[in-house]
Amino acid sequence: MRRSRASPDCHPSSYPQTLGSGHVLKMTSERSDTADTATLAVPNEPKAIDDAQARLVASLERFEYPKASLFAIRLSLHEAMSNAFLHGHRNLPGVPVSLEFEVDPDHVVITVQDQGEGFDPASVPDPTLDENIERGCGRGLLLIRAYMTSAEYNRKGNSLRMTYARPPRAR
Amino acid sequence: MPSPDSRIRVKRLDSVTQVEFVDRNILDEANIQMIGDEIAALVDAVPSPKLVISFANVEHLSSAALGTLITINNRIRGRSGQLRLSHIDPQIYEVFAITRLNKLFQIHETTDEAVKSFS
Repeated sequence: MRRSRASPDCHPSSYPQTLGSGHVLKMTSERSDTADTATLAVPNEPKAIDDAQARLVASLERFEYPKASLFAIRLSLHEAMSNAFLHGHRNLPGVPVSLEFEVDPDHVVITVQDQGEGFDPASVPDPTLDENIERGCGRGLLLIRAYMTSAEYNRKGNSLRMTYARPPRAR
Repeated sequence: MPSPDSRIRVKRLDSVTQVEFVDRNILDEANIQMIGDEIAALVDAVPSPKLVISFANVEHLSSAALGTLITINNRIRGRSGQLRLSHIDPQIYEVFAITRLNKLFQIHETTDEAVKSFS
């Protein structure tokens, strides 16, 4: 049975980050003239998370994505990774989250997968409704859906695939 | 005396407390928790607190930071105080608009305007 992540303690007072080497484990990485791809294992450590984000941003910059795209994609990646660690790995603090991305001149595809039990995204209350507006949580997925072109969980609810289509270039 | 590890800069002008962030990115959960604790201490230090939080240096902001702002707002209201936000650049403002929190918070262009708005 899939559980709900919409618990009131979505931002627990003791965030279970560990202080380790801060290294991202690079599983695979390819760079061609037309695309960058990478598969990374990211431990729940601030340095490692920053490093993973920096790798994706470097690929976006390589293909000269505009600033607004960088903002949108970086925020979405941060929210997806936060959800994976905070909820998916709530009871798996030492386990890394898997991050895969592919960047080409027109599209970005990012998959963040945790090893948790999964959840039902429909169970997250709409944080924009008046009755929920003062809830402290539930906005990460809303932001991802607003900024990315698509965002879909797998059936189990432990893997989020996000896509972003580059906005038309100014002539 | 502020702690050397403090993630905020604080200025007091008459009855108003002005807060600015040290970091450009308000993303990291542990960092956000520290910011929330520091601002909570400022709120609890005076009766009916009047607080302006400036986002002048902020380039990135996560949903966890929004959650902490809501907690701070509730704490201030619980002490019959008032909160204003200022200097939010258009990209960050969009995050407030998407989440509809631009309706919950009183947002002003500048800190001066925010200070003048207190009743």
